[in-house]
Amino acid sequence: MTQQATGSGKPARKRKGLLKLRQDIPDSIFSAAGFVIPVVLFLLWWAVTAMGLVRPLFLPSPWSVIGEGWRQLMEGILFADASVSIYRILIGWLAATVIAVPVGILMGNYKLIEGLLEPLISTVRYMPVVALIPLSILWAGIGDGQKILILFLGTFFQQALMIMDNVKNIDLNLIRAGQTLGFSNNEILRRIILPAALPGIWDTFRITIGWTWTYLVVAELVAANAGLGRRIMDAQRYLSTDTILFGTLFIGLLGLLTDYLFKRGGRSLFKWSSQTR
Amino acid sequence: MSNLSTQAAGAAKVSIVGVGKTFNVSGRDLVAIEKIDLDIGRNEFVSIVGTSGCGKSTLLNMVGGLDEPTSGEILIDGKPVNGPGRDRGFVFQTYSLFEWMTVEGNIRFALEKSTFSKAEKSELVAHFVHAVGLSGFEKAFPKQLSGGMRQRVAIARALVYKPSILLMDEPFGALDAQTRGMMQELLLQIWDDHKVTVLFVTHDVDEAIFLADRVVVLASRPGRIKKVLPIELERPRSFEVLTDPTFAAYKREILADIREETLKLMAMDHS
Repeated sequence: MTQQATGSGKPARKRKGLLKLRQDIPDSIFSAAGFVIPVVLFLLWWAVTAMGLVRPLFLPSPWSVIGEGWRQLMEGILFADASVSIYRILIGWLAATVIAVPVGILMGNYKLIEGLLEPLISTVRYMPVVALIPLSILWAGIGDGQKILILFLGTFFQQALMIMDNVKNIDLNLIRAGQTLGFSNNEILRRIILPAALPGIWDTFRITIGWTWTYLVVAELVAANAGLGRRIMDAQRYLSTDTILFGTLFIGLLGLLTDYLFKRGGRSLFKWSSQTR
Repeated sequence: MSNLSTQAAGAAKVSIVGVGKTFNVSGRDLVAIEKIDLDIGRNEFVSIVGTSGCGKSTLLNMVGGLDEPTSGEILIDGKPVNGPGRDRGFVFQTYSLFEWMTVEGNIRFALEKSTFSKAEKSELVAHFVHAVGLSGFEKAFPKQLSGGMRQRVAIARALVYKPSILLMDEPFGALDAQTRGMMQELLLQIWDDHKVTVLFVTHDVDEAIFLADRVVVLASRPGRIKKVLPIELERPRSFEVLTDPTFAAYKREILADIREETLKLMAMDHS
């Protein structure tokens, strides 16, 4: 009787479909799902190259790409490249962050500062960073400073605007609560607005360091003699597609690792936040 | 004015004198509140009801010093309000707790600007945690609490530093009906124990009558006082009073007033 009352006519069963709107699925299936497309792509890649459908110049086999990676690892090139690149990324991103955090916070809280900086930053952030390479060499020379400058330029402007939004998104009543409790503007800024915005700012960190990674090749485009991006640009000259593919995939992997670290870090730093999942 | 009984008996704790508020919305002046006169007595509980947009929250914010009147003035103990102050506690509809602090931390934070000794502060925190029924949850973070519990933390935070006035802006609006009922009884209990003047904004007529000594009904566009209705129900009150014929009579009267205002608004919108 009760089964008929559901109206479907079928026996009432616990619904376990994987494609229900906004419905949770088991964690194991969720995690496994992320591997499906990479694995399919890998198999396709393998099949296409094994059957000789494309010339190795255009698409080398997975094995030769892995072999290239192994060679670089054994010869110590990989470690040297990666450490130079990671150093540049860290310094470039940190330099951008150290300035973007206070600038974004001030813009989010003081209309005057927003009015002063927003038009400028919004314009600059649409300027192509690649086009700034000649100027960056002129200003910063051809050393590490120039690479870091490019990474800085690619990160800072977006980051400052995003942090401004993070700050603006906090509940206005938190500030009002602070005012009714007798705190000064400065105290409210440091002790209420900043901690309240921090989980959002952390998310911005996570997103922007990803962008810094994508600017790596641009930064190492000129006058670099080491670095993951440099290796790719050199390989272009000799048409070593396996080196290019390996380098690109490796940068992707390091980016993924960075993202994961930030995600985990955020989860343990902001356990209290209702935003963290 | 006297027929509106806007005067409380004795010296007023809060005096709202000819207060008006005009907002400038894209170059046009919009009168949110026209001219409100209202005296609130010491330890009195006053509810403010009205249609949405009648300016009841604006009025409360002005008493709280979070908003400035464009005309008239607000006096507390005879002195004009000039910004927020620790003589007033505020409870917002959004719980507005500091998520990164524990229950205890949130309440203690409110005591930072107090001159109490460390021991006194700890005692006050413990007292208010207990008063709002959160004993055992001192170390919990707001995220781990239900809506009703969060609002109890907010009430404790607003009272712990001993303000003489409690301003509440639809504090139970986001709670389910059962929790809301419990919170109302809890609030009356706290009000009775701690002797504060309460100004309570709500759109729930039952809630307004159940809690208050007087219910102020606001008219809309511009906001002004339509009626001040003294509620002569015996205290202490419990949920049983909700089915009392006197209660029903108050409710009928207020609902009729609000309905009249709503109809006027609809007519305005259609013209």
